[in-house]
Amino acid sequence: MSDAVTALRGRSFTGMVTVEDAGPVGMVTVRADLADETVRAALAAAGSDLPEAGGLTWSDDGGTLWMSPDEALILCAADEAAQKASALARALDGSHALVADVSQARIVIRLTGRDALVREVLAKLSPADLRASAFPVGRVRRTRLGQVAAAFWFPAEGEAMLICFRSVADYAFALLSNAAAPGSDVGHF
Amino acid sequence: MLTLTCPYCGIPCDETELAAGGEAHLKRFGPGASDAEFEGYMFHRENPKGVHFERWRHAYGCGKWFLAARHTVTMEVFGTYEAQSTEPPQEVRDRITARHPGWTWRDFA
Amino acid sequence: MSHRLPSGGRLIDRDVPVSFTFNGKTFKGLRGDTLASALLANGQLMMGRSFKYHRPRGVVAYGPEEPNALMGLGEGKTFEPNARATTTELFDGLEAKSQNHWPSLEFDLGAINARLSRFLPAGFYYKMFMWPRGFWKHVYEPVIRQSAGLGQPPRKRDADRYEHFNIALDVLVIGGGIAGLTATLAAAAAGAEVMLVEETAHWGGRAAVDGGEIDGALASDWIAEMRDRLSAMSNVRLRTRTMGAGVYDHGYALLYERLTDHAPDTAIPRHRLWKVRARQIVVATGAIERPLAFAGNDLPGVMLASAVRDYVVNHAVVPGRRTVVVTNNDDGYRTALALKAAGLEVPAILDARTDARGPLSEEARRAGLRVLTGRGVSMVEGKGRVETVYACEQAGDGTVTEDFAADCVAMSGGWSPAVHLWSHAGGKLAWNDDECMFRPDPDAAPRGADGEVFVRAAGTANGAVTTQVVLRDAFAAGQAAAEATGRRATGRAPEAEEEVRQMMVPVWIMPENAPYKRRAKAWLDFQNDVKVTDVELAAREGFESVEHAKRYTTLGMATDQGKLSNINGLAVLSHALGVPIPSVGTTTFRPPWTPITMGAIAGEARGELFQPIRRTPMHDWHEKNGAHWEPVGHWRRPYAYPQGGESVHDAVSREVTAARQSAGLLDASTLGKILVKGPDAGRFLDMVYTNMMSTLAPGKCRYGLMCGENGFLIDDGVVARLDADTWLCHTTTGGADRIHGHMEEWLQTEWWDWKVWVVNVTEQYGQIAVVGPRARDVLEAVGGDMDLSKAALPFMQWKAGTLGGIPVKVFRISFSGELSYEVQVPAGQAPALWDRLLEAGDPFGITPYGTEALHVLRAEKGFIMIGDETDGTVIPQDLGLDWAISKKKDDFLGKRAQERDHMTDPLRWKLVGLHTLDGSVLPEGAYAVDEGVNENGQRRTQGRVTSTYHSPTLKRGIAMGLVERGPDRMGEVLDFAKIDGGVVKARIVSPVFYDPEGVKQDV
Repeated sequence: MSDAVTALRGRSFTGMVTVEDAGPVGMVTVRADLADETVRAALAAAGSDLPEAGGLTWSDDGGTLWMSPDEALILCAADEAAQKASALARALDGSHALVADVSQARIVIRLTGRDALVREVLAKLSPADLRASAFPVGRVRRTRLGQVAAAFWFPAEGEAMLICFRSVADYAFALLSNAAAPGSDVGHF
Repeated sequence: MLTLTCPYCGIPCDETELAAGGEAHLKRFGPGASDAEFEGYMFHRENPKGVHFERWRHAYGCGKWFLAARHTVTMEVFGTYEAQSTEPPQEVRDRITARHPGWTWRDFA
Repeated sequence: MSHRLPSGGRLIDRDVPVSFTFNGKTFKGLRGDTLASALLANGQLMMGRSFKYHRPRGVVAYGPEEPNALMGLGEGKTFEPNARATTTELFDGLEAKSQNHWPSLEFDLGAINARLSRFLPAGFYYKMFMWPRGFWKHVYEPVIRQSAGLGQPPRKRDADRYEHFNIALDVLVIGGGIAGLTATLAAAAAGAEVMLVEETAHWGGRAAVDGGEIDGALASDWIAEMRDRLSAMSNVRLRTRTMGAGVYDHGYALLYERLTDHAPDTAIPRHRLWKVRARQIVVATGAIERPLAFAGNDLPGVMLASAVRDYVVNHAVVPGRRTVVVTNNDDGYRTALALKAAGLEVPAILDARTDARGPLSEEARRAGLRVLTGRGVSMVEGKGRVETVYACEQAGDGTVTEDFAADCVAMSGGWSPAVHLWSHAGGKLAWNDDECMFRPDPDAAPRGADGEVFVRAAGTANGAVTTQVVLRDAFAAGQAAAEATGRRATGRAPEAEEEVRQMMVPVWIMPENAPYKRRAKAWLDFQNDVKVTDVELAAREGFESVEHAKRYTTLGMATDQGKLSNINGLAVLSHALGVPIPSVGTTTFRPPWTPITMGAIAGEARGELFQPIRRTPMHDWHEKNGAHWEPVGHWRRPYAYPQGGESVHDAVSREVTAARQSAGLLDASTLGKILVKGPDAGRFLDMVYTNMMSTLAPGKCRYGLMCGENGFLIDDGVVARLDADTWLCHTTTGGADRIHGHMEEWLQTEWWDWKVWVVNVTEQYGQIAVVGPRARDVLEAVGGDMDLSKAALPFMQWKAGTLGGIPVKVFRISFSGELSYEVQVPAGQAPALWDRLLEAGDPFGITPYGTEALHVLRAEKGFIMIGDETDGTVIPQDLGLDWAISKKKDDFLGKRAQERDHMTDPLRWKLVGLHTLDGSVLPEGAYAVDEGVNENGQRRTQGRVTSTYHSPTLKRGIAMGLVERGPDRMGEVLDFAKIDGGVVKARIVSPVFYDPEGVKQDV
């Protein structure tokens, strides 16, 4: 199927850090009151433990990002997104919730390199406080990247994952590659 | 360049992550309202040199609307609170009173 | 004769010569020179011409306050105008040009203005160019534009890279002199995260030049040790060549880092604009020496006293062999002593004070220098540079007491704290009568979001004068800043010996009673050519406010923003007005501290990164197939696909005809798609749409209108009910994010107890419209599990299934009036489906069409377009859409507003069709003129064109427009005014030009 290719078509760039298409990722949006115990229990039963506000749960198989008090983004393997969406919808049946497969609406970019430099690249484009003390592994931040909306988090030291809308995939990739141009290290973090 | 803390996600937001939404605590007047009531709701706004209540949206973020109590001259922020409020929380009012005894804004004091 | 001393020069490296050009001539400097010091070393005293009179000007200052030595640097793609020679570090291959002269620096025709100077007083332009009125546009403006402006704009695209950088930290210290270093140490020792920035390449500021001892070490050694100590601290960041450009509300500061100006390299960023969110900011920006206002003070060779000794001490450069020092304070003596120590002549020190008994004047006398008290400069004369200095009694009228042959005058009028950054964020100033300076008022400091002080001034920027006071003040400021971030500060300030000084006396005009002729040659603002007499004239003419006087005279309005002229100017103004200086006040200090490049402001946002371009899933196909692009918001949509040598207009006609006669294919992916779900979703949609959506049956579609609370139409689109509690709302392309936000706003801020969730799934799907009489044949040829017959999928219904093995939702909706299917497909599979449709549609002549064909197709049917027929002042009733406004609902957004008398006025302009009598296409936006004039004396109008096209189907021009009582005036002929005069006659007709019964879309 053609959805094995993302809107970034597998691009990658290496400068002060490596910026690359993270490939197809399954993404399911859940709108529900995340503080509601029934909702939490239903999601946990469907295999998605909810993180605390501003946080994420993360493993090799996927994760759950806290997007707002009533929005979570479930990440999974691309070919499991449809099943995941149905499973979540079934689990939440009876609760006031909206589940939608949005795997194609967004793209995921991975940044890898020295932790300080990964943070520097993002700090060139986002007003988020990127000090490791303020933005540790395990937190997610929705913010602005240049002129578009994005969310990012650090799965581990020296690695950042970034999500943005599909239509601006090329812009976001060009933006990050430009910020990561060789020789433009800031030396601040 | 303002920094306002989103009461939903706790993030101190940069002004460029926010969208301003005008005056807070407006009461909606719909069909059945008099011309004067509708005019007041639709068009009349406070423009204080002093304490003010505003709506903001964490647009490049969690997407939530919140309210902010702010001084338009000193830029002091007395508090941000959820948009699902028909009046400012007492603690915010107390903070304003501590700085500006005797303040009023519309029907609030 | 060499202008470089044989020894000394703490910043230069004599082993590394540097070659550069000035006005095309090659010069040699040394590593460590600035462009200004290198030019002086080559005896090039004259560095530019003034703005108004084109007078020859030399360098006056040593740093960022320089008003005269402005250069055009580089060539072509790296050209930059108005760079100060004093802040330009020399590098091999630097190309500099002086500005504001023609044909050459030495011989300039514009200098005729100087001869005319008595005819060009303050406000001359305002007075002169008032009349005759018609002259402004055709005579004055072109001439002024020709001669106005400093420097030339770059003409080539900038080859350099720029970037932004966002950081948050505890304490930002601006200024790397001894105050900044000390404040940093104090804050860092308390554990705060501190960043210290210095705009030059060197730490230490003036102390490095002026010597003295700190903590028992030579100041220069102490500075080096302090730098090493701070760089070793993990919580400290140090950065040179980084200027504090501005301080703003809530601890926001802009820093301007110049990475490659001293060593050009287009591979790495040239400038980096730091956007800092600091909890505390310490402003340790030092002070600026004031010039003295005496006749001829703008001659090349007249310089600030501190600048003269900076050039001597830092670069071993000789600004003059014989320098007369004129001062009203002790500091001028430091220059005399430095010159003497360098073996240069100082024929006299003219001290305006009636006696001179401080330690510095004693030291000067001991060194054999001649000190004349109670004296000032009557005037300076020379051809193109200082030759003779005439001394006089400061208290007198300028009668010459003695004259000196000299080639340089070092003037010191006292020091003004650099309070700019303090003032940017609202810090107030207080006048200090003893030191004759405005200094930061500690009781009126800028306050942050928490209402607490967030800017602290330190050292000379705070009005401290002696080293000892500077160190103590800065240490206290650093500690206070750290404590404000929750740290506990301990430790003691570095120590310096107590200094005994003799107080300065204010001197604003030299001599005190200088006659008009002298005052008219005494410059206050060198860059903008404002003299003492100009400010006096402004006062006489009633410009009593300092802000008015500034604009009337242009005092302080040039690229240096009056760094040298402000205080002297307002002192002269206060003198002319007969009021004390503090009651005149200062003009407003605005960022940036010195100009920053447009490149730094733009950052990465240039070229392909200027703006995001949104791409649909089919973007690549469009590009490969010759799309003529149209920007729609940030999207790029194909306007048309011209084939072969076809014109765009012909392509549009071909595409329209194909959709009408066979089959067309449109990429409609940009349309907004919003899911609305929940037990209260129907109720919610009934509020946001004017029509009833709650009654829509699952499987069906309904066209809906959305209004704002003010009643005006904001968006339209087809709503489909997906299941019992889920609706899918289509919005316009521009409406996707806006309407999603609109829905969230009402749910969050008004009806927060309603159970509704909204998700914007616009980008999850591609949407492809298959349009035309053969549309069904095309879809059937693609094959799938769907029955697309009229019976199985009638008009205004939708169905899910697969097409060519791809999961889709098919909506039978039409924006063209033809048989039409809009196919929603997961975005990743949209290109594959697009290809399949083209392939399967080939036998039917399927033709991809763009946005212009879409517009023509909808206009032929009289369908409105948001943004064409609407402009934020149009209600649905104006557009004949009353049928889409529910009469059954008690409430919906806009309902109350639409009951206002203005909205129900029978004279409102309403939608009609327009047929030109000659079949031509009406001009876009043309107005239908009426008899008579309105209350403003303008021709009355009675309508306007909102959409106008050539219809290939009807083979004539068709238009839609809003006309006063239009629907009641069918058949009337109106006159539409053309821009170039004349009118086009058009008849009012029905807006539905094609298939008025609507049979074609329902087959």
